[in-house]
Amino acid sequence: MYEFNYQAPASLADATKAIAAAEDGKLLAGGMTLVPTLKQRLARPSDLIDLGRIAELKAIKVDGGTVTIGAMATHAEVGASAAVQQAIPGLSWLASNIGDPAVRHRGTLGGSISNNDPAADYPAALLALGATIYTTKRQLSAADFFVGMFETALELDEIVTAVSFPIPEKAAYQKFRNPASRYAVVGVFVAKTGGGARVAVTGAGPSVFRVPAFEAALDRSFAAASLDGLTIDAGELNSDIHASADYRAHLVAVFAKRAVAEIS
Amino acid sequence: MPDDAPAALSNGGGIGASVRRKEDFRFLTGQGHFTDDLNRPGQTHAYLLRSPHAHARLDAIDTTRALAAPGVVAIFTGADLAAAGVGGLPCGWLITDKHGKPMVEPPHPVLAQGKVRHVGDPVAVVIAESRDEAQDAAELIDVSYGVLPAAVEATDAIKPGAAQLFDEAPANTCYEWEIGDKSAVDAAFAKAKLVAKLDLINNRLVANPMEPRAAIGEYDTGSGDYTLYTTSQNPHVIRLLMGAFVLHLPEHKLRVVAPDVGGGFGSKIYHYAEEAIVTWASAKVKRPVKWTSDRSEAFISDAQGRDHASHAELAMDENGKFLALRVDTVANMGAYLSTFAPAIPTILYATLLAGTYTTPAIHVAVRAVFTNTVPVDAYRGAGRPEATYLLERLVDVAARVAKLDPAEIRRRNFIPTDAYPYQTPVALQYDSGDYFKTLEMALKTADRDGFEARRADAATRGKLRGMGIATYIEACGIAPSAVAGALGARAGLYETAEVRVHPTGSVTLFTGTHSHGQGHETTMAQLVASGLGVSVDQVEVVHGDTSKIPFGMGTYGSRSLAVGGSAVMKAIDKVVAKGRKIAAHLLEAAEADVEFSDGTFRVSGTDRSKSFAEIAFTAYVPHNYPIDTVEPGLDETAFYDPKNFTYPSGAHVAEIEIDRETGVVEIVKFTAADDFGRIINPMIVEGQVHGGLAQGIGQALYESAIYDKDGQLLTGSFMDYCMPRAANLPMFDVATNVTLCTHNPLGVKGCGEAGAIGAPAAIMNAVADALSPLGDIRVDMPATAAKLWHIIQSHPATHIPAQAAE
Ligand SMILES: Cc1cc2nc3c(=O)[nH]c(=O)nc-3n(C[C@H](O)[C@H](O)[C@H](O)COP(=O)(O)OP(=O)(O)OC[C@H]3O[C@@H](n4cnc5c(N)ncnc54)[C@H](O)[C@@H]3O)c2cc1C
Repeated sequence: MYEFNYQAPASLADATKAIAAAEDGKLLAGGMTLVPTLKQRLARPSDLIDLGRIAELKAIKVDGGTVTIGAMATHAEVGASAAVQQAIPGLSWLASNIGDPAVRHRGTLGGSISNNDPAADYPAALLALGATIYTTKRQLSAADFFVGMFETALELDEIVTAVSFPIPEKAAYQKFRNPASRYAVVGVFVAKTGGGARVAVTGAGPSVFRVPAFEAALDRSFAAASLDGLTIDAGELNSDIHASADYRAHLVAVFAKRAVAEIS
Repeated sequence: MPDDAPAALSNGGGIGASVRRKEDFRFLTGQGHFTDDLNRPGQTHAYLLRSPHAHARLDAIDTTRALAAPGVVAIFTGADLAAAGVGGLPCGWLITDKHGKPMVEPPHPVLAQGKVRHVGDPVAVVIAESRDEAQDAAELIDVSYGVLPAAVEATDAIKPGAAQLFDEAPANTCYEWEIGDKSAVDAAFAKAKLVAKLDLINNRLVANPMEPRAAIGEYDTGSGDYTLYTTSQNPHVIRLLMGAFVLHLPEHKLRVVAPDVGGGFGSKIYHYAEEAIVTWASAKVKRPVKWTSDRSEAFISDAQGRDHASHAELAMDENGKFLALRVDTVANMGAYLSTFAPAIPTILYATLLAGTYTTPAIHVAVRAVFTNTVPVDAYRGAGRPEATYLLERLVDVAARVAKLDPAEIRRRNFIPTDAYPYQTPVALQYDSGDYFKTLEMALKTADRDGFEARRADAATRGKLRGMGIATYIEACGIAPSAVAGALGARAGLYETAEVRVHPTGSVTLFTGTHSHGQGHETTMAQLVASGLGVSVDQVEVVHGDTSKIPFGMGTYGSRSLAVGGSAVMKAIDKVVAKGRKIAAHLLEAAEADVEFSDGTFRVSGTDRSKSFAEIAFTAYVPHNYPIDTVEPGLDETAFYDPKNFTYPSGAHVAEIEIDRETGVVEIVKFTAADDFGRIINPMIVEGQVHGGLAQGIGQALYESAIYDKDGQLLTGSFMDYCMPRAANLPMFDVATNVTLCTHNPLGVKGCGEAGAIGAPAAIMNAVADALSPLGDIRVDMPATAAKLWHIIQSHPATHIPAQAAE
């Protein structure tokens, strides 16, 4: 890796100042994506601002109708939270099935969504549950936050502080793992909410997306059979050495059904 | 002490006891000493600048800016090495082609000269105070490449118009070689009632040992001695190859040390450029030079494995009896000949194609081809997995053609149990085996009889269930030196052992084999424990240092016990023989009347005896001693040259389910019944089988080195190159049947590669069996979910019997 200045602010206020002041600063969460990028010399930040000492970013709270998770909560912490498990079991399962144990003990919610890897799991949950993303500058809906492949609405000096998830009637996540990396080749998060069914897909396209046709069918009847015969267009989907676009399109339908079946 | 210690040590921890591995405490507590753990005083760090192109002219290299970078000590390129008279990396095996001409053996410069031929080909080395500074400086080296089209697949590289790697290798061909009686084969095909045909690919693999390669070169300016610390399976071989051919250093001035080595699977047999670079450069800069590969570098610089494309045909009579086998294989050598590369698809592959069967006529044609990819060489099993995979898949096709059960067609063609020694039509003579027995053991444990019911049940769950059988034979214990020499080996293949008995009766064993995870420190100690009647704790095993070990050819091809262990037994015999002389003196008996067992020398038929420890002590404190006829001391060395290969064999049975919706394969059950001859440590053997099976299953279902058409490795990290994980594997059912090897003192055959040899064919036969309701479909490894889904998709669902059940 190239040299950089390392800073470890103890408060969000200091972190905000540090990232604004840095010439070409990068925020460091668990380092699960950023550190390999640095090691491969694919990035050359002037400063690394480590969010790891900021206690306020780690909180996990359930109150009223929402689950709020701090940006620095690790996947393992979310997966182990009894409160999350009780409120949104599908979200708990998602966190518990990211990568492998080492990744889950370092990787964070904030790092995951800020990176917006097309194969990351969390974006599907955020979009399906209609989550709100809180940052040091504003709050955004998931639909506005995820912009495209590895692209979010975040500004360079903006820090994600927390995400709040409205608690749905029920929700489930089903994922087809890349056997090598364990990322989602296809992941489908299905939620039944007061506002209707929501289906969000990750892994299949350049960025997370919803499937209105599936949602409409589930609104008519929330059962796996409602999705029979429904498919999505492979045209815009990813195709690589692991899976063709056709295969991904097929898997979206299969895993959407499996998710619905799990909760109906 | 292990908690089952009393039982395990009932025979003192000797042959047959599941002694816990003596080395594991060190490894599991982080106390091992691997090459990268070593740091020499004043050490510098090397970073290799590697080609980003698969094929390019090396037009100019300008190091001016890099030399001025902070911390840089020196930079060397291919031109510097050429000017210094450094030789190319030698190939250790010469194949003579079918016209009687030697294979094409182009130069393999330590640092590229004139051209680069694969992504990762080293172009320059930067030596600096730190690794980061070396890498920073390497970015400042200006290399002008004239990028050329690349030849990537071997089958494409031989076509007219393909990019040419070497002027001296037309059509990129290293050799065209053949074995067997072609006219006998043609005649048998002409009268055959039934013929099975098969095209298949044996996928290229990356070895991926847990410990990446590393090397430290050190030069003593006072004595002129060189030391190389390296991650090697065979330090003496490296000393020979590097000393004699590359750096022109005599053995007595070059010490090679391979300390703890964390896995190799073959990839650490070869002499690599980095070893020569750090050794040579350490004298130039007069400081130690250290290089450690990172994982990304390993993917593009460690020799890779397999990569065959084959067509095979099997002629049968109306009863499914094999009449003749015809095989045509194109083998990818990669960009240069790695140390043993030419031998793998010939001597270690084609000679195995009789398998466990009596096929009377066999002809194999092999074409070895250069491509713009990482060099290919032996990888766990080396040639024998390729042979087994081809043959056992072909036998399954034959079973379908002959309308016979896959187990039955095998039984009909097995070499009879009373036919040993059995001479195959492809050079080998099998000494012992019982293929019927291992097959029956495996089928019984696998519950073959209940399979069709389980298949039907799976169908109701939307699963395609299949069972696959593979039997195998392998040739291990490489090899009788004269035979190997006649076949082109440029080295002898004996092994050495020195048994040094200390005055109090404890023993240090020096062995020329090298453990890179196999547990030799335990198994070899058990041989001494049994042979001399001492406790296994009284024996220390030393390996991996040319300054300590008399000589050695190292560890590969499951040879350590069969060849190295045999040398140990010979040395033990010498110790006992000398001990008997000393005992006879002390007991005032005739030497012929002194017998030795369980650590005691005894005058036959009396209670007069001396313990082994007393004799050892007397040997070193020779006060009352036959000094006129017997030298003091008790330290014996033996060299053992094997009389034949050994022939482990076995039967593996896989049962799998394919999820029709996703194509995902689940291994429901895997059974392995193997014959390794005498078992020294059952627990270690079982571990070796498990590891081999995991790698074989990895090849069958997950692993593949995929290059794009420009020669870029697309699966260049663990994010894309899929290694098998514990969760992908079932609990294995393993068992052994013992038929002894007839020609080595231990009766052992070798077990290190068997799992990787049998598993791929067993799994893929199971996959083909599961897909059989859809038709006779070609599936190559790895049988990934995506691949199987596309196959299931493209075959009409009406053929699927379970359709109605859903
Ligand atoms: C082997 C492996 C397997 C994986 N498998 C999966 C999987 O199955 N599913 C899955 O979803 N993910 C997977 N991941 C991703 C992993 O779970 C992490 O979510 C991801 O790597 C981000 O890591 P991190 O939280 O450590 O963030 P970092 O790597 O530290 O940061 C990632 C990026 O986000 C930015 N960032 C971090 N925090 C913030 C913040 N609060 N505000 C603004 N920007 C921020 C950083 O600047 C950086 O650009 C895997 C990763 C690895 C290495």
